[in-house]
Amino acid sequence: MGLLTDLRDSISRVVDRLFSESEPKRIGIYGPPNAGKTTLANRIARDWTGDAIGPESHIPHETRRARRKENVEIERNGKKVTIDIVDTPGVTTKVDYKEFLEHDMEKDDAVRRSREATEGVAEAMHWLREDVDGVIYVLDSTKDPISQVNTMLIGIIESQDLPVLIFANKIDLEDSNVERIANAYPQHETVELSALEGENMDEVYAKIAEYFA
Amino acid sequence: MPEATASDNGSDGVQIDLFSGNRMANLTSMEKIRLILDGVRDGNIVILEEGLSPDEESKLIEVTMAEISPDEFNGIEIETYPRSQTADQSFLDRLMGRQSTQKLTVIGPANQIQTLHKDENLISALVSRK
Repeated sequence: MGLLTDLRDSISRVVDRLFSESEPKRIGIYGPPNAGKTTLANRIARDWTGDAIGPESHIPHETRRARRKENVEIERNGKKVTIDIVDTPGVTTKVDYKEFLEHDMEKDDAVRRSREATEGVAEAMHWLREDVDGVIYVLDSTKDPISQVNTMLIGIIESQDLPVLIFANKIDLEDSNVERIANAYPQHETVELSALEGENMDEVYAKIAEYFA
Repeated sequence: MPEATASDNGSDGVQIDLFSGNRMANLTSMEKIRLILDGVRDGNIVILEEGLSPDEESKLIEVTMAEISPDEFNGIEIETYPRSQTADQSFLDRLMGRQSTQKLTVIGPANQIQTLHKDENLISALVSRK
């Protein structure tokens, strides 16, 4: 490890990027459960391809498999980028099936859902280590952003040298506090939006085109 | 040796294992994860003097997910101090391949540990018996 290793890795990354210039970038949408990741993925996919990626729900862990929408071409302010959107399950360190019982689910369904959720989280971590070129990290702006999962995940993303944009979602809600997110992670650019209402999507697309191009 | 284990060895106590940086330094990533999860699954609170690397944290989440089992193990609660803003100034560390993982880390069973308060200098947690 050290200078030579880092230099070799940097050269390798540059070479990879040069040869993969025409390839779509795989952009993983990460964040805690219920931050609005699938709502955002669907909004982007619908706006640029006409199709959605997956079902949205207020029940945690609705997304239990990473889902990919390929060749989404985004163009803003003269910049164009082609991305594969990877919508990932919300990352957590714990899953209790009893949480789903509160959403009028039978025990068998709740247990099955929790099992799928754990597999989904493991899969999301694997994608992060192996298979994404950049990350959109989605946070619910009505909640405290300094949770352990957020701190850990952003640390993991940084350690992979992946470009990351932080999206402060749900600005349509009264308790939204974007500044709290910007202050928590000042090393990254924070973009505010409401994926549900489509607020500030022009800036969202401009940042995606600028950042991941 | 800065390592301690506190337990009353009774059925209603909570065991706390404090692992020194030295103890962890010689272990592989998977050995560290196994050590943590074996302790946590026994209902212990595991405290690491120097924490895990981001890659190890990622693997810890992955292995934890694989071990979750209904009515038996719900996963882990993990807390470290937030990274200070100066952590990103360590360009020299990154250039030299040094990863700063020196952050006290507290890990416990999700159904027994609850974070009450956390800021840059304090982690306050409520630990309940099994």
